[in-house]
Amino acid sequence: MARIAGIDIPKNKRGEIALTYIFGLGKSAAQKILNQAKVDRSKTVQDWTDEEQNRIRSIVSEEFKVEGELRSEVQMNIKRLMDIGSYRGIRHRIGMPLRGQNTKNNARTRKGKKRTVANKKKTPKG
Amino acid sequence: MSRSLKKGPYIHYKIEKKVLEAAKSNKKTVIKTWSRSSTISPDFVGQTIAIHNGNKFIPVYITENMVGHKLGEFSPTRIFRGHAGSRGKK
Repeated sequence: MARIAGIDIPKNKRGEIALTYIFGLGKSAAQKILNQAKVDRSKTVQDWTDEEQNRIRSIVSEEFKVEGELRSEVQMNIKRLMDIGSYRGIRHRIGMPLRGQNTKNNARTRKGKKRTVANKKKTPKG
Repeated sequence: MSRSLKKGPYIHYKIEKKVLEAAKSNKKTVIKTWSRSSTISPDFVGQTIAIHNGNKFIPVYITENMVGHKLGEFSPTRIFRGHAGSRGKK
């Protein structure tokens, strides 16, 4: 069992992959951490010694913004956009795409599940 | 892609002049502009700028948080009044 950055306990996986279970760490960040801690990338988490774990933990806590802290930073950035009333903030508020994508079709990630409109005119076939 | 740092931020020369003048004289006048693509520089903070949206001028009070954004971001060009028949929903 390894506990890094508070909550995450990935195990049975190679260190390189296990670290990406932490919000804010991707594969390249994970590789950087392992290189810096001088831990073999392909070693599984359960094979880490306590000392190695501590080294990794200190690198993560010192050099990376992860989990809750990172999430709150993202939320703050969004809140700032909404508070200053910029176009992107307004789009966040109404749940529409921010970057000028078409919204006639698709854009379902932002707009959520389809809401069927009763009696909507269908385009005639042919 | 972001703009080359070498060039510096784009600010239309006329607004820049007007803003600097207004800042110097401490007068709170509304500055009208059509230049939506101008970046808001720190000098703008505290000024009220009326930004054209293609139809009319929208007055915007510039705060510190807005620095680095473009003027046009604060003056929406489209007004969405809802779809026909969606009034019934509450």
